[in-house]
Amino acid sequence: MSTPPERADRLRSMGVRTVGALLRFGSMAAIAFLLFGIILLASGHDPILSYRDLFASTFGSARGFSEVLVAMTPMLLTALAVALPSRIGLINVGVEGQLYIGACFATWGALTLSHWPAWLLLPAMALLGMIGGALWALVPGILRARGLVNETITTLLLNSVAPMIVSFFVFGYWHSPMDTNKTANFVAAARLPTLLGTRVDLSLVVGLLLLVLFWFVMKSTRWGLEMRAIGGNPQAALRNGIPYRAYVVAVLCLGGAVAGLAGMSLVSGFYGVLLANFSRGTGFMGFLISWLAGGNPFGIVVTSFAVAMITSGGNLLQLTRDVPYAVINILLAFTLFVVLARPQFTLRKKTA
Amino acid sequence: MTLLSILGVLSSAVFSGTSLLYATLGEIVDQRSGIVNLGLEGVLLVSASAGFSAAAVTGSPYVGVLVAALAGGLMNLILGYLTITRRANQLASGLALMFFGFGVSAWIGRAHVGARIEGLPRLTLPGLSPLPVLYRSLFQFDVLIYLAVPAAIFMWWLLFRTRWGLGVRAVGESADAAFASGRNPHWIRYQALFVGGLLAGLGAAHLSIAYAMNWTEYMTAGRGFIAVALVIFSKWHPLRAIAGALLFSAAVAFQLLLQSSGIQISPFLLDTIPYLLTLGVLIAWGGTRRQSAPASLGHVYQGSE
Repeated sequence: MSTPPERADRLRSMGVRTVGALLRFGSMAAIAFLLFGIILLASGHDPILSYRDLFASTFGSARGFSEVLVAMTPMLLTALAVALPSRIGLINVGVEGQLYIGACFATWGALTLSHWPAWLLLPAMALLGMIGGALWALVPGILRARGLVNETITTLLLNSVAPMIVSFFVFGYWHSPMDTNKTANFVAAARLPTLLGTRVDLSLVVGLLLLVLFWFVMKSTRWGLEMRAIGGNPQAALRNGIPYRAYVVAVLCLGGAVAGLAGMSLVSGFYGVLLANFSRGTGFMGFLISWLAGGNPFGIVVTSFAVAMITSGGNLLQLTRDVPYAVINILLAFTLFVVLARPQFTLRKKTA
Repeated sequence: MTLLSILGVLSSAVFSGTSLLYATLGEIVDQRSGIVNLGLEGVLLVSASAGFSAAAVTGSPYVGVLVAALAGGLMNLILGYLTITRRANQLASGLALMFFGFGVSAWIGRAHVGARIEGLPRLTLPGLSPLPVLYRSLFQFDVLIYLAVPAAIFMWWLLFRTRWGLGVRAVGESADAAFASGRNPHWIRYQALFVGGLLAGLGAAHLSIAYAMNWTEYMTAGRGFIAVALVIFSKWHPLRAIAGALLFSAAVAFQLLLQSSGIQISPFLLDTIPYLLTLGVLIAWGGTRRQSAPASLGHVYQGSE
């Protein structure tokens, strides 16, 4: 019995809630920027000038804006790699490792199949990346499904192993004649096409499409329903005939596959080369983004954009104000701290 | 392969493993109180950077060690505020702390990149002075190395033989039960985190002030995560942490030995052995009995009003 006025009411209350959420987020961001301003001031930089640069560099020009999208691309994928398993209560802290192995597999494709045309090579690399990431999640998935070891511990452990395997191949076999720590530049066919003359590449579109697909599957398919059932109450789901163990392995592997795709997109799109230790926490950032967004696809896009704005602004801060790039992590962390420390009544129920 | 080169390998393995033992001990204290500190990597970076900078500015390595330890304690208190007072998710808070550490360490250390400091002095044990100089130099360790194993024993005593340790473990097992028996879980967890941070800071101090004697961004290179893995390997027990750190030291030593004897095995593959071993141990335990993790590890204590 939903009469039009009721609907209007509901819409209005939704509007109020949205404005409230925006206000809350705005004030939290303001606190974070204020704290970081003190740090900038203490190191002898004018915070107002720095912030003006940060905004001018990201929103002031089409080029700056496109750089934000570039930084956002891997975050979309790594956040999805966490959000997907989180729906059935699995905590995937291993995206960093899955990303490395995905990049490693994709690079193998780029190096050995380099004579293939791009339309064949790129899908092959993407598939290889996904296989690599999924394999890296397979062992934690099986161990969890059999109730042997918690997936939080195993995925975390394997994070440290993956960069070593990449280093093993890069230093041992794949390095270019010039360098020891990276491969030769990929051939043109192994590079993801970029859009509109910017550095934004095709994986941004893929990432957004995958998030839409994720939203659709969770909302409107049998798999989504069963996953929500498992997330709600695994015991009850099991008794209702939902293959719990199969879901645990499959969903964790799917998360790994998405993480592997992120790795492929980084080496094929952003870098165009496989560099030892190329990721400094991209996977962990995905965990944080997914957690902040409550595993919600739309929230992931918004949060990734906000985080990407901060990190890509850091590139410019370094150039103009001679602040080390890593320092931008302080602004990022302040933002995270403020969000983490926010009053509990706004806390979402999802944990990752 | 001479005796000298073997001893040299063992000596350098001890040097590289010391920071891990301290960091692992610190994380054990954190986790025994029920708090997973995934930000240990960031804590180590900040301590290493702060300690090195203090040593460079004051010229005294001991001041550096002190500053590093305090920096570690303070970093852990930030985690404490988020997870204890604000009841935030521990994994997310830890990772945020890690990124904070990336930034803060780069900020503190930027003025001292490439600075030369006087490292922690190496002391000869009294009984060794008759040895030839070459041999003797291999057994000259700094004070943090000499204190590493005693520190593990001390932490065992503290956790398992004192009222304070009982409180920490009780809170880690069940904060509600500890509260019911008249303890203050919040206060105890803050204390445990501070002590854990001090220990992590000592490990980082050894890394930057005694071992590497310089500061570079991201210099801990994953040691924080190794320590988290070692905590599991050592089943949250300070004495087994010695074995865990030795395992990593042995892997380093093995690598150096292989290299010096001309056998070509990639050091990166050897690096993976301790992790795979830990994984294997976990699987073996998983099949038999519970993994002896503190029962309320990672849970938010909502408090009882």
